Amino acid sequence: MPQTIGIPKESFAGEKRVATAPDVVAKLIKLGFAVTVESGAGNEASFFDDAYTAAGAKIAASGAALWSSSDIVFKVRAPDAAEVALMREGTTLVSFIWPAQNPDLMKSLATRKVTVLAMDSVPRISRAQKMDALSSMANIAGYRAVIEAAHHFGRFFTGQITAAGKVPPARVFIIGAGVAGLAAIGTASGLGAIVRANDTRPEVADQVKSMGAEFVGVDYQEEGTGVGGYAKVMSEGFQKAQRAAFAKEAKDADIVITTALIPGKPAPKLITAEMVQSMKPGSVIVDMAAEQGGNCELTEPGKVVVKHGVTIIGYTDLPSRLSKQSSTLYATNLLRLTEELCKTKDGVIDVNMEDEVIRGATVIKNGEITWPPPTPKLSAAPPAVKPAAAAPKAEEKKKSGGGVIVTAGLAVALFALVGLYAPTAFLGHFTVFVLACFVGYMTVWNVTPALHTPLMSVTNAISSIITIGALIQIAPPLAVGTIRPNDLILGMAVLGIALTSINMFGGFAVTRRMLMMFHK
Amino acid sequence: MSEGLQTVSYIGATILFILSLGGLSNPETSRRGNWYGIIGMTIAVLATVFGPRVTPQGYAWIVGAMVVGGSIGLYAARAVKMTQMPELVAIMHSLVGLAACTIGFASFIDTSTVFATAAEQTIHEMEIYIGVLIGAVTFSGSVIAFGKLSGKISGKPMLLPARHFLNLAGLLAVIWFAYQFLTAGSIQAGMLPFIVMTVIALLFGIHMVMAIGGADMPVVVSMLNSYSGWAAAATGFMLSNDLLIVVGALVGSSGAILSYIMCRAMNRHFLSVIAGGFGTGGGTVAKSDGVAPVGEVTPISAVETAELLREAKNVIIVPGYGMAVAQAQHTVYEITKLLREKGVNVRFGIHPVAGRMPGHMNVLLAEAKVPYDIVLEMDELNEDFPDTDVAMVIGANDIVNPAAQDDPTSPIAGMPVLEVWKAKTSIVMKRSMASGYAGVDNPLFYKENNRMLFGDAKKMLDEVYTALKA
Repeated sequence: MPQTIGIPKESFAGEKRVATAPDVVAKLIKLGFAVTVESGAGNEASFFDDAYTAAGAKIAASGAALWSSSDIVFKVRAPDAAEVALMREGTTLVSFIWPAQNPDLMKSLATRKVTVLAMDSVPRISRAQKMDALSSMANIAGYRAVIEAAHHFGRFFTGQITAAGKVPPARVFIIGAGVAGLAAIGTASGLGAIVRANDTRPEVADQVKSMGAEFVGVDYQEEGTGVGGYAKVMSEGFQKAQRAAFAKEAKDADIVITTALIPGKPAPKLITAEMVQSMKPGSVIVDMAAEQGGNCELTEPGKVVVKHGVTIIGYTDLPSRLSKQSSTLYATNLLRLTEELCKTKDGVIDVNMEDEVIRGATVIKNGEITWPPPTPKLSAAPPAVKPAAAAPKAEEKKKSGGGVIVTAGLAVALFALVGLYAPTAFLGHFTVFVLACFVGYMTVWNVTPALHTPLMSVTNAISSIITIGALIQIAPPLAVGTIRPNDLILGMAVLGIALTSINMFGGFAVTRRMLMMFHK
Repeated sequence: MSEGLQTVSYIGATILFILSLGGLSNPETSRRGNWYGIIGMTIAVLATVFGPRVTPQGYAWIVGAMVVGGSIGLYAARAVKMTQMPELVAIMHSLVGLAACTIGFASFIDTSTVFATAAEQTIHEMEIYIGVLIGAVTFSGSVIAFGKLSGKISGKPMLLPARHFLNLAGLLAVIWFAYQFLTAGSIQAGMLPFIVMTVIALLFGIHMVMAIGGADMPVVVSMLNSYSGWAAAATGFMLSNDLLIVVGALVGSSGAILSYIMCRAMNRHFLSVIAGGFGTGGGTVAKSDGVAPVGEVTPISAVETAELLREAKNVIIVPGYGMAVAQAQHTVYEITKLLREKGVNVRFGIHPVAGRMPGHMNVLLAEAKVPYDIVLEMDELNEDFPDTDVAMVIGANDIVNPAAQDDPTSPIAGMPVLEVWKAKTSIVMKRSMASGYAGVDNPLFYKENNRMLFGDAKKMLDEVYTALKA
């Protein structure tokens, strides 16, 4: 029995996004699900009911009808009290939840005996990137932040020299180079502004530069990377140095965009009232952290205010202002998550708590709160290394460590034996041999891998030097009276010379033929 | 020529040989490197022939033998196809091994060498014994490798029961007969253990290479390369000739390094390759359990492939042994040329063990006139796949298997692989859904951004080329 995915109209005032797009509906149906969309759910994102119907979805007349008929509900915003009341036992809800900020919501959801997957809790590992809705929304928000700033900013972004005078380029300062910050950098520099950016995590400096901005460091030594690639709270000394740096940047900047967030904590206050005062009149601040209290002291969440001649934008719905784009990307994130949940493609989801990604996203399982999940592994670490695999590896290492000791021991013993018993003549050759091995070692490491085949054929040709052994056997000057099976030795030596000549001539010739082919 | 003059000639030749190997560090200097080798060899041979140890009675024989051998060699060098290089190299290794044997035997029956002390005599005999041992293993091993590479012998590993014990028994026998040989006292008495040892060594060489699978051939070929060097070095000790020792050591360490590089590229221990069989290193034939890739493969036609390539900005081509088998390198280059003219950035990603010998793919692409600066190593472009629009895999399998990274139970887990699945689209050209030499299923085929182009690589590429031109 295939399950029904329901997509209600978002109830939050001003929310224009919708949790699925017609294209995605078709793909969900391909996975075996039935899809029901509340009438008018996509209107604000320019996805109308007929488009959904054409893609194969059913249309539910009201929210109540939709909630009661759905086994799985996709939403954007966390449900409000009325929606929670509509939930049936055993339903699975997938939406943004922010469990840390909304403990009451979590409790009320748990009492409904439902399963909840929070899109904001999808772990940040390489494998889960395709479901990372936070990143896709942040990307849109970063873009929109620059567009909002441009809208309120009374000048061009790009510098121009016109007949009517010279226009200096706008100076944009971006705090926090996460996904949103990087998107903002890209958009602002695309519009022609001079962009400078700061982040507490030094490793993002290269990313900042790659997007076309200049990285502004804070002159204080402290590592700012927390668990899972997010930023963490910094020390008092660092914050002081940071404020000094920001004060200087804010004074020069025309536009400041702040994106600094620390997971589960109120946004750090980075732009003080004095800094705002020091800015040029007509400047714009876009505070993308407004929902978490704002990075600027004067921000009023959800509003645009003008303080000391500076426009401070505190919109909390930036992605929603690009509703078609954000709905499309969010819908795709949900689709990818659904694919993970339904690997059998039979229209029935399996909330597999063994799977690292699903485990991380699941905040309530059948009425039981499973949040927070165990600490995520660093995003840099390979995704699926299980401890079971790690153990034999460590063992192997130990073994090879022992191998080194054994080899070294053997070598010492061998050298001691040779030194003790071998005659001097042999020792001379032995010295030459050991040194030659090292010369060979040093030389061959420099050979470029592209030339490994010519290397083999040339060493092959060179190893025909063994012919010398045969040459000196063929007709050596013999002391008078020596008896020697001349014919047999001669035969063997001639054979030896003939064999090695094949190598000698053939080897060099074929190497030459190969090397002639290598050209730029 | 006096002995002193001969010695300095040998030193000159040694330096030239080292320069020859050093020249291969770069395609620009490599041709000069080859000339250094030729000059060094000429000097060494002339210095020996006109040196104090060869009397004029031997000249006719030497010239005759060299003309015969040289003509065969030159003919083979001219006639060989670039796809057959591994076979040629393998058979040439066997010649060095065989020559080491004949020289060893001749040296053993030569009664004209006299030694000052008994210790020197023993050392000399020891050297003969070891030289012939290595020579015989190299010879028979290379012949089998040749057979496997040219398809005359099945590429599947032949695993005898208790093969490790057979090898161990062989080793013990060789040591026992060494004792017999050294204490024999006369040439007649020593001959029997000597011959028995040679036979054991020959059998060991056969057995060793028979047990190795096709995908491990690059390791074997470079290992035999190394052996042929050690055989030359042992012969040098036997004849107290420093030139032979140095050159043998150079070749030996070169082959050893290549084997090491190949093993590292497959994340396998050298011993487990030599011990034979794939996935048998840990004692069990590892079958990935429960994670058998699921899903459907999406086939694609040649015309659609051409479409994708035309739309792409960045293309990476990953060739494998399948390209060599189908002789498709020339068509690949035609496609590359066409795409580059259209402004598509086409590059080649070469895995160290792609093909059947180290650098095999580079030689084939060079033959097809692909400029070497767009032929890159795995480490040079593996990070560029996310920015690549189309990654085209031609006749390769294990070297692009994501299971090596994702599935710790896979037999090839931990082997470095080309991350083609990170490209926007990957296209795998393959005859059928059969798994690679490692016998491991490839989850790449089931990825949603992967397309399969089934059929003979040459034929399919020709079709792609026609479609591109249209």
